[in-house]
Amino acid sequence: MVVSGTRERLQMAAMVASVGAVSGNEVTVFLSMNALQYFVKASSRDAPAEGTFGAKMQGENIPPFKTLFKQAVELGDAKVYPCSMAMDVLGLEREALEPYLGEPRGLTKFLADASGAQIWTF
Amino acid sequence: MAQKTIIDARGSFCPGPLMELIAGIKMAQVGDELEVLSSDKGSANDIPEWIKKVGHEMLETREEAGVWHITVRKAK
Repeated sequence: MVVSGTRERLQMAAMVASVGAVSGNEVTVFLSMNALQYFVKASSRDAPAEGTFGAKMQGENIPPFKTLFKQAVELGDAKVYPCSMAMDVLGLEREALEPYLGEPRGLTKFLADASGAQIWTF
Repeated sequence: MAQKTIIDARGSFCPGPLMELIAGIKMAQVGDELEVLSSDKGSANDIPEWIKKVGHEMLETREEAGVWHITVRKAK
């Protein structure tokens, strides 16, 4: 579950999702709140740093979090779902979002599918 | 005939080198060798772990002038 819009948290979420997915784990990502805005198609919006680590990340050759989420899907068969509530609030249609995202999903469906699994929130 | 592919991931931080290797493995044939060049020490430790977990073959890890050369064989 990814809700933060800060660089460090998005990066950590993307790392866990991508490495987890390519290591044989079933990974489902639910994007909501401040996280969703970055997944608007071709958005080049830069996530602000939360602390000194995030500031240090700027200019380093660190794989961008969006690339890692895409690789989680393409190389590890992860599923990345936009939250339908967040889409309503932002006034976004499915077509406005990156094509590697799955169909919008509500919290009830996400929680039902995640029943019995580990849920990590970033 | 088995091929050997060099994946130059120098300068990229974790998990960049691992993801580049995995993309390379997807494209490779069973039996092919892939050598990742990485300047990230974390990746030098992490890549062999990943290889062990998913069941490919680790051939060699060596460091040369601050660059790790990690050679693996696609096993399946």
